[in-house]
Amino acid sequence: MEVSILNWKTADMYNPQLDKDGNLKHLLTIEGLPKKILNQILDTAESFVGVAEREVKKVPLLRGKTVCNLFFENSTRTRTTFEIAAKRLSADVISLNVSTSSQSKGETILDTINNLTAMHADMFVVRHAQSGAAHMIAKHVAPHIHVINAGDGRHAHPTQGLLDVFTIRHYKPDMHNLKVAIVGDILHSRVARSEIHALTTLGVPEIRVIAPKTLLPEQVEKLGVHVYHDVNQGLKDVDVVMMLRLQNERMAGAMLPSSQEFFKTYGLTPEKLALAKPDAIVMHPGPMNRGVEIDSAVADGKQSVILPQVTYGIAVRMAVMSILAGNPS
Amino acid sequence: MKIHIKHGRLIDATQSLDRVADIYIAAGKIVGIDKAPDGFQANQVIDATGCVVSPGLVDISARLREPGFEYKATLESELTAAARGGITSLACPPDTDPVLDEPGLVEMLKHRAKQLNLVHVYPLGALTQKLLGREITEMCELTEAGCVGFSQADTAITDTQVLWRAMQYAATFGLTVWLRPEEPYLANNGVAHDGEVAARLGLKGIPAAAETLSIYQLLSIAKHTGAKLHLCRLSTAEGVEMVRAAKRAGQAVSCDVSINHLHLTDMDIAYFDSNAHLKPPLRSQRDRDALRKGLSDGTIDAVCSDHTPVDDDSKLYPFAEAEAGATGLELLLPLTLKWAHENKVELALAMQSLTHKPAQILGIPAPSLAINSDADICIFHPEQAWTVSAQSLLSQGKNTPFLGYEMLGRVTHTLLHGQIVFNAQHV
Amino acid sequence: MSTLPNAEQLFQQLCQQIKPLIQENTALIGIHSGGAWLMQRLLDTLTVQPVHGTLDVSFYRDDYLQRGLHHEPKPSNIAFDVQDRHIILIDDVFYTGRTIRAAMNELFDYGRPASITLAVLINRGGQELPIAPQICVHHMQVAQNQNIQLLQHADGSFYLELEDC
Repeated sequence: MEVSILNWKTADMYNPQLDKDGNLKHLLTIEGLPKKILNQILDTAESFVGVAEREVKKVPLLRGKTVCNLFFENSTRTRTTFEIAAKRLSADVISLNVSTSSQSKGETILDTINNLTAMHADMFVVRHAQSGAAHMIAKHVAPHIHVINAGDGRHAHPTQGLLDVFTIRHYKPDMHNLKVAIVGDILHSRVARSEIHALTTLGVPEIRVIAPKTLLPEQVEKLGVHVYHDVNQGLKDVDVVMMLRLQNERMAGAMLPSSQEFFKTYGLTPEKLALAKPDAIVMHPGPMNRGVEIDSAVADGKQSVILPQVTYGIAVRMAVMSILAGNPS
Repeated sequence: MKIHIKHGRLIDATQSLDRVADIYIAAGKIVGIDKAPDGFQANQVIDATGCVVSPGLVDISARLREPGFEYKATLESELTAAARGGITSLACPPDTDPVLDEPGLVEMLKHRAKQLNLVHVYPLGALTQKLLGREITEMCELTEAGCVGFSQADTAITDTQVLWRAMQYAATFGLTVWLRPEEPYLANNGVAHDGEVAARLGLKGIPAAAETLSIYQLLSIAKHTGAKLHLCRLSTAEGVEMVRAAKRAGQAVSCDVSINHLHLTDMDIAYFDSNAHLKPPLRSQRDRDALRKGLSDGTIDAVCSDHTPVDDDSKLYPFAEAEAGATGLELLLPLTLKWAHENKVELALAMQSLTHKPAQILGIPAPSLAINSDADICIFHPEQAWTVSAQSLLSQGKNTPFLGYEMLGRVTHTLLHGQIVFNAQHV
Repeated sequence: MSTLPNAEQLFQQLCQQIKPLIQENTALIGIHSGGAWLMQRLLDTLTVQPVHGTLDVSFYRDDYLQRGLHHEPKPSNIAFDVQDRHIILIDDVFYTGRTIRAAMNELFDYGRPASITLAVLINRGGQELPIAPQICVHHMQVAQNQNIQLLQHADGSFYLELEDC
């Protein structure tokens, strides 16, 4: 009997984020999540947007639960939005910057996780510099614990991807008729990967990535995107422009000669934005490098939805936490 | 000790032997086939009905982790696993701690292996001191101590002047240089094939060009210096094609492939399975298919286990930080059988990639079933099914991307110098 | 099986009882989804529109840890100041009282109302908390393993359905 090698391992190819009933147990990546779950998160987030506008900005859902923000890589912004989200759900929140504490003492990731589990944490929000860290943690935590990936290496930043599509859906409800451009350092960007998966799952027909060859992964087109090296062609007639942050350490070296040249070739200026549809929106995951990937006139301009992104980010993270914590273990 | 192995299917392509027959062993040698010599009285009879009786397997790359990494594996645990895998000779790379760059270390290793008397161990010496790629080692002394070739294990020599001189020096004494082709700058920090999977998972890629550039460089230097070159662990279709062309052009070069690369692709990384973190990285299906074909058409000379026992703790890291390597001694035979079955390669031919061809690369006497040969023999049941698990492996290394897979083919007995060093009934 | 009452008739009676209570400082709040439908139909009959809003109590339910957030919640929409208002809270079926507790908790997160009056179409029995409707047009006993549900035809008219759960 001929057994194909690829079929050999299908049993192991299960989606580690879903429990056996198909409910979301962890949020590790958007890849492989059914559209139904993405819509459930986005619709729930819609309800949480209103909570922030009330007198009391809290709901009692996660009362008595402990959410532990575990940041192996520093990020004040993302950590803060997760903290606010957890607190608005009435959870107790512990935030740890592990990069500055136990890791330097040789404690492994799993030691840290096990210690916090012993202190009765119910949910981990994890940020780590290595791709796959959240998957590894999810694989080894106690069964009642939920893990949210707050960014792992270059791999995924699912809540950012979700808040980005939430923002797009808010301004451009007909997702089936959109052209979306993602511009900048795709190679190192977990945000870009999560955005691509989210947009693809929600049925956006045309996703473009615009970058020099040095900042694109090999075979990126296999993710279902159109590749442009010329920003003027790439931005033509798009409805959404998503800019990516260029990390300082990549501004000059073998991949790019200088931030000035990058701004000149790929930076979003009013002139380049004029190539997109007149009502196109401009997004950026923050923090922005003004004058490197984006001109201040665009960042602060009327097409920019960068601040609403931040607001929606909290609602989306509340939605994710409340859906996870409500799914029985 | 006189042993009579009954009714086994004797396979030894070098002897044009492939038929069911009885074989008789006395004083460590094969003394008769079909008919016992006069006066032969067996101390032990092994019923090999339904089994294959083959010369012992030769694995040209197995890390035994001694000295220096005894917490990962010991000589005793790994040689026991090798015997269980039907292996009677193996070569181990020099990346121990300390590195095998001094004759004393090699002698010690040979001595310890001889005491255990489970498998013949042939160390590969370091080509450069401490594998640092700066000063060459005392290759003649090391050869005298028992080294059968000189290797850099997974560390590349970045300085081409040193590489050139090292190969010149080895060529002077007719020594074989074993190198894994990987251009170190292109491979820098990479952990996966630079393709769709790496793009999806956000893993730093190693382009196929890292292998082909290096093969080109190594073949050129070998040609100019006259060094005997063995290319370790091919992983790309282009690499196979380059070796094929070089061989066609008459260059003396050999190469091998690991059991992992013969069956798996980067897709098997799935969701960051650190057991699939290997060196070189698992590549695309096209590459894998070319490796399988290269082994069947003889471009690739041998298949090896690339056995690298890694302790669990070292695998419990995010993919890139997890230590590379997989256990393989006990999987070498079933995975080679699987390849032969799937690629429709005759069993007798397939067994050559596990026996006399790797022996040729090592420059050791080929194991054989000929009368008067050393009785290094492997008896296996080709259809016996078993499942790979931490419990079913004797090696101290339990990590392999094949965990949970069903294998066909299991060794029942291994004989070294006519002594039974493994008997499945006693496990 | 007993025949179910006519939902349209019950609705008319409910309107009659609510209307006299509507003053200048009154706000109507319908609980998703049945209560919100009832409120909307009621508003259609009124010439002067009182301030009004809808509540979805998903985020305040006390069975969240057992049942999770499985259905997609609708946003609560209360675009007026709750402080010192006389609230008329409208729901279709009154059962254990837990939904009303959740609704009141949510309401208080918007502000401190002057009063809350609960108006429902049906009290199906099975009260578990010291909470009861002030206005209720129909009482009936529904078995624990059954569910009575208010539904709407395409033309907006109401009907009731009994189902096993």
